[in-house]
Amino acid sequence: MSATVKIHSFLSLSGLEPLVVRPETNFINVGERTNVTGSKKFARLIRENKYEEALSVARQQVENGAQVIDINMDDALLDGVQAMTTFINLVQSEPDIAKVPVMIDSSKFEIIQAGLKCVQGKCIVNSISMKEGEAKFIEQAIICKSFGAAVVVMAFDEQGQADTKERKVEICHRAYKILTEKVGIAPQDIIFDPNIFAIATGLEEHNNYGVDFIEAVKEIKERMPAVSISGGVSNLSFSFRGNEPVREAMHAVFLYYAIKAGMNMGIVNAGQLVVYDEIELQLRELCEDVILNRNNENNEATEKLLAFAETVKASGKTEKKDLAWRNTPVEERLKHALVNGITDYIDTDTEEARLKYPRPLDVIEGPLMSGMDVVGDLFGSGKMFLPQVVKSARVMKKSVAWLTPFIEEEKLANPDVNDDAAPTILMATVKGDVHDIGKNIVGVVLACNGYKIIDMGVMVPTDKILDTAEREKADIIGLSGLITPSLDEMVNVAHEMQRRNMPQPLLIGGATTSRMHTAVKIAPQFDKGVVHVLDASRSVTVVGSLLNPEQKPQFLANIRTEYIKLAEDFASKRKVKEFLPFGEAQKNKVAIDWTGFQPVTPSFTGVRTFNHYDLSEIRKYIDWQPFFISWELHGKFPQILEDPVVGKEATKLYQDANKMLDQIIAEKWLTAQGAVGFWPVTKTADDTVLVQESEGKTIPLQFLRQQIKKAAGQPNLSLADFICPSLEGDFIGAFSVTIQGIEPHLERFIAQNDDYGKINLQALSDRFAEAFAELLHEKVRKELWGYVKEETLSNEELIQEKYRGIRPAPGYPACPDHTEKYKLFNLLGGEENTGIHLTESLAMYPASSVCGWYFSHPESKYFGVGKIQEDQFLDYVQRKEMPEDDLRRWLRPVLE
Amino acid sequence: MSKIKELLQQRILVLDGAMGTMIQRYRLTEEDYRGNRFQNWHSDVKGNNDLLSITRPDVIKAIHKEYLEAGSDIIETNTFSSTSIAQADYDMQSLAYELNVASVKCAREAIDAFVSEHPGTGPKFIAGAIGPLNKTLSLSPDVNNPGYRAVTFDEVVAAYTEQIHGLIDGGADLLLIETIFDTLNAKAAIFAVKQFFRDHPEKATRFNNGAEGAPVMISGTITDASGRTLSGQTLEAFYISVAHASPLSVGLNCALGAKEMRPHVSELAHLAGCYVSAYPNAGLPNAMGEYDELPEQTAAFLEDWAKEGYVNIVGGCCGTTPAHIAAIAKAVKDVTPRTVPVAAYN
Repeated sequence: MSATVKIHSFLSLSGLEPLVVRPETNFINVGERTNVTGSKKFARLIRENKYEEALSVARQQVENGAQVIDINMDDALLDGVQAMTTFINLVQSEPDIAKVPVMIDSSKFEIIQAGLKCVQGKCIVNSISMKEGEAKFIEQAIICKSFGAAVVVMAFDEQGQADTKERKVEICHRAYKILTEKVGIAPQDIIFDPNIFAIATGLEEHNNYGVDFIEAVKEIKERMPAVSISGGVSNLSFSFRGNEPVREAMHAVFLYYAIKAGMNMGIVNAGQLVVYDEIELQLRELCEDVILNRNNENNEATEKLLAFAETVKASGKTEKKDLAWRNTPVEERLKHALVNGITDYIDTDTEEARLKYPRPLDVIEGPLMSGMDVVGDLFGSGKMFLPQVVKSARVMKKSVAWLTPFIEEEKLANPDVNDDAAPTILMATVKGDVHDIGKNIVGVVLACNGYKIIDMGVMVPTDKILDTAEREKADIIGLSGLITPSLDEMVNVAHEMQRRNMPQPLLIGGATTSRMHTAVKIAPQFDKGVVHVLDASRSVTVVGSLLNPEQKPQFLANIRTEYIKLAEDFASKRKVKEFLPFGEAQKNKVAIDWTGFQPVTPSFTGVRTFNHYDLSEIRKYIDWQPFFISWELHGKFPQILEDPVVGKEATKLYQDANKMLDQIIAEKWLTAQGAVGFWPVTKTADDTVLVQESEGKTIPLQFLRQQIKKAAGQPNLSLADFICPSLEGDFIGAFSVTIQGIEPHLERFIAQNDDYGKINLQALSDRFAEAFAELLHEKVRKELWGYVKEETLSNEELIQEKYRGIRPAPGYPACPDHTEKYKLFNLLGGEENTGIHLTESLAMYPASSVCGWYFSHPESKYFGVGKIQEDQFLDYVQRKEMPEDDLRRWLRPVLE
Repeated sequence: MSKIKELLQQRILVLDGAMGTMIQRYRLTEEDYRGNRFQNWHSDVKGNNDLLSITRPDVIKAIHKEYLEAGSDIIETNTFSSTSIAQADYDMQSLAYELNVASVKCAREAIDAFVSEHPGTGPKFIAGAIGPLNKTLSLSPDVNNPGYRAVTFDEVVAAYTEQIHGLIDGGADLLLIETIFDTLNAKAAIFAVKQFFRDHPEKATRFNNGAEGAPVMISGTITDASGRTLSGQTLEAFYISVAHASPLSVGLNCALGAKEMRPHVSELAHLAGCYVSAYPNAGLPNAMGEYDELPEQTAAFLEDWAKEGYVNIVGGCCGTTPAHIAAIAKAVKDVTPRTVPVAAYN
C-alpha cells in the first residue's frame, strides 16, 4: 500500500480534452492557419468580421489532425486584444474545436493576456523571451504561470537572437534557471524555440544554422530533459521560395534530424511534408549536405542545391528522375512500388525476385511483407492516407497473383508444406444488407498488415458466417452493416456465437453502428469479446491487440469495463428524458394554418419513369464530400483539395474519380433508372394520410410522431402534419432512383486485384444515386410538380437543403418505419418501374439506390422522430394492422 | 511542513456535510434572515444563507458544532455565495468582505467551543469556501450570441480577491475552491489567490507553506454521466487545467451521489499528483427533489473508495447531515489513506 507510486511529469495541455506530450508522442503538430500573419485568407476573414468562416478554418485544422491550434491576431489593422477575445470566446463555444489546446501567439503581451483570460484549458503562450531584459521576462512568466500556461521561450536575449549553438544553449539554459528557480515554472511547462534560420542563402555565415539548431536541440535536451523543443520550420528554406519540391525536401530532411535530436513540436504545414525515405536520393543528399553543412567549405553544397533547384524548377519532375528507383536492387524496387502504389513494373519485378529467392513464398514473406510493413508504419503514424494504402494493396495483390501459380505448383510437389501461418479474419455484411464499401476498406487495410482476409461479401446469413468461421478456423469475425435493421442482425450473430460457444472475438463496424449500440445491445450477448471499430485505421490496432495472447485479456477487460460503463450511463441517461403521453404529443402538432391553403397540382398524377437518364447531366449534381468521407478523408469539398494534410491525396483521388467518371459515361458502364409519382392525398387522422392511388383505390400511409417533451412553443413533429387535413386538393409524391450495371465492372476489378478501382467505382455509383435523387427533386420542384418554378439554387445550396419541400425516406429519422417502403414501391409500380429489389431487411438492391416521399408544403422540414413510447407503439400497431411482434422488431431502434 | 499535511500522511481526513440542508431544518423566516440590522432592507433576503453568519450566527455556529461532534476534521465556512457578484442578487455586494470575515468567525467560535468541551481532541481546520458564482466565463447565456459573456475574467478575479481577503483576514486555515462547473471561473479564483499572496506576502507567513500562502483545495463538479464538467471538459482535462494551483488536494463534489461519482473518483485517484478529496451528494434527488440516501449507505460507498486507495479527504455535499458525516468518519477511521504519487520525468 505504501509503495511509492510514480506519475510522469510530461508536458500536459488541455482543451476540453487532455493532450499529454509523452516521449513516444514523437511530434506534436500545431495548426498554423488561424494566424493572420501567416494566412491571408484568415486575416481577411477577421478584418471583415467574418468570424463564422474564420471558425471553420479552425475546425478544418482540427479535423485534419492539428493537435494544438495556434491563434495569432498580430495585424496592424486589427484591434488585437478585441480580435483575440472575440475569436477565442467563439472557439470555446465549438466543442469540436475547443477539444484541442490553444497556442496563444502574439508579439504583444497584452494580446496574450487577453487570450489567456478566455480559455478554461491549459494553453501554450507563444512566446516570451529575455530580449527586453530579465525583469520583464520574469514578470511575464509569472503571469503565464498564474494562468497555468506552458510557455514557448525564444532563444533571444538582450544581445539579440541566438544564432550559434553555444548562444542558443546558453540563453536557453539561463532562461531555464530563471523560470524554474525564480518563477517556479515546472520544467515540463517550458518549450524552447532555439530559432530556425534560413540556410543556403549564399552567405557563408548562414551555412551552419541548420547544424547549430540541431546540435543545440541535442544539448538542450541532454541538459534539460523535461523541456520541449519547437520551431517554425519553413524559415529554413526561405531562400528557395517558389520552389516547393526543394523546400519540402529540405523540411523533411531537417525534421528528420531535428526530431532525432529531440525536437518534439512544430508549427508546420504537415500537408507539404514528404517522407524522408521517399525523397529522391540525389536531392536528399544535397539537402543533407546543406542542412548538415557537409562538403560545403566554399559554398559548394549550397551551389549544388541551387543548381539542382534550377533544374527542378525548370523541368518539374522529369521522367528520368522519376525512374531513378528502377536502378535499385529488386527488393528496393518492390518496396518503392508498394509505398508509392506503382503497378507498372510489378510483374517483371516479382518475376525477378521469384528467380532470385529459393521459393516463391519467400518473396511474399521477404521483400513484399517488409514493404507492406513500411506502408503499415507510415499509415499508422499518419504519414500515408487511406487511398494510398489501398493502392499499395493493389500492388501487393498483383504481385501475389503473379506468384500464386508457382506456389500452387510447389504445393503439389511438397504437399506437407504449411504456407498458412497468417491469422485469418473473416468479414461479412450481415443478412439483409447490401452495403460493403467500408468493409472492403477495412479488409484491404488488414490485408496490408499481413492478415489473411476471408471476405464473404454482402447479405450473408448468420449460419453461413459462423459455419465458415469454424471451417476456416478464423481468428476473428468482423461484421458490417449500413442500415438500421442490420443492428438487430448483428445482435443475433452475437447471440448465436454465444450459443455455439465460439471462441473468436467479434468486431462490429459500419455507418449505423456505434460504440453505444455495441455496448448496450451486442456486447452483453457474447462473452468472448465484442469490439466496436470506428474506422479502418483503428482496425489494425484492435486486431493486433486481439491476436496478441499477452495483450488480449487486458484489452478485452478494458473494453468490457468501458462498455459496462457506457451501458450504465445509457440506462441512467434514459431515465432523465421526459416523454409526453401520445395523445398530448398529437395535440402538440405543427400548427399549420390551412385556411386559404392553395395546393399546387402536379403536371401529372400516377407514375412516370426515367430510364437511361443522362449520366453526364447527373454528374453535375454530385456532392463530393461523402465520397471523400468514404475514403476516410474528412473535410469540406472543395477546400479539402487544398488541405495542408490530406489535400494532395484528396486531389489525386479526385482526379482518379473524375477519370473514372469520364470512362463510366463514355463506355456506358452504368445506367440510371428513376421513377416519380404523384397522387391526391388527405390527412385522415393525426398521423395517417390517405393516398388516392387511382379512382376508388386508396392506400393509408402511417407516420410516427416525436414524443419527447419539447421546449415551450416547439411542436412534436410528424410528417403527417405537412399534409392538408381537408378533403380536397393536396398531393404527395414518391420517387426512387437506382444505378444499375455495376456487377461486371466490379468483377473485372476484383479479377485484376484492383481494390482501389473497385471501391472507387462503388463510391461513385453511390454518388450517382444520390445526385440523381437531387436532380429529380429539383426537376420535381420546378417542373413535374412545379410548386417553385422560379427556383435558382447552386449545387452547394442544394446540398445544404435550402430548397422548399422535403424527400424523406422510410427507414430514416423522419419516418423510421422501414416497412412503409413496401407501400412506396407498390405505389411506384414495383420492381418493373423502379428497377429495385427489396431484401428481407428492406435494403434496396442495387446498393446504389435512393427512395423517398415528396412533401411540398413550405413548412415541411427534416427532423428525427427520436424515441417513442409504448402508447404510441400500440396505437401504431392498430393502424398498421401488422403482428405486434414483427412491428416491435422493425421499430426496435426507436423503441428502447 | 504544515500541520494538515502531516495529518494527511497519517489518515483520511473528514470534511463536513451540507450547510443548506441543515439551515432548512431551522425553518427560518424572512425576519430571521434580516435580523435587526437589515430589518428595513429594500429587497427580500430570505434564502441568502451566507447572510445568516451576520444575522443568526447562533444557527451557523450550532451547525458547525454538530459536524465537529460528528467527527469532521475540516469545516467549511458559510461563504458559498459571499462574493460581490453572487450577492448582487440581494443587492448586498458591498457586504462581501464582511460576510467572509463573519463566517470564518462563526467557524472559529464553533471550534473553540468544541475543543473546550473535548480537551485533547485533534486539530480542526477551517476551509474558506469559494463557490462557483452565478455567472460563468466559458459559456454564453445568450444562445444566439455564443461569443458573448455575462462577466469578464477581470471582474471575476476582483470579486474572488475580495472574498479571499475576507477569508484570510478572518483567519481561515485553507481555501476551498469548490463545486467548479466552469474551469475558467476556477482559474480566475486560482489567479486571485496567487495574486493576493504576491501582493500581501505578510499574510502568507502564518500558513507555514512558503510564499504560496494558504493551502488550496480544489473540487470540481462532474454534472452528468458523460463524465464532463458543465463547461465540457473531461476529468483529465480539468485536472490539467487547475494543476498549476499546486493544490493541497483535488477532488469532486456535488451533482452526483457516491454511486455515480465512483468511476470519476477512481480516475482522479490515478491522475492526481496531490491529495484527493471527494464529497458527494446523499444520492440523487428523488422525484420530490429530496435526498433520501441513508447515512449508512453513503458511508458504505465512501468506505469502499477508501479501501480502494482512492481518497485522502472525504465528506458530504447536498443532502448530507451530521448523521452521514458520523457514519462516514466511522467507516474510514482505520483505513490507510491514498498514497500521493511522486512526480518524475521518465
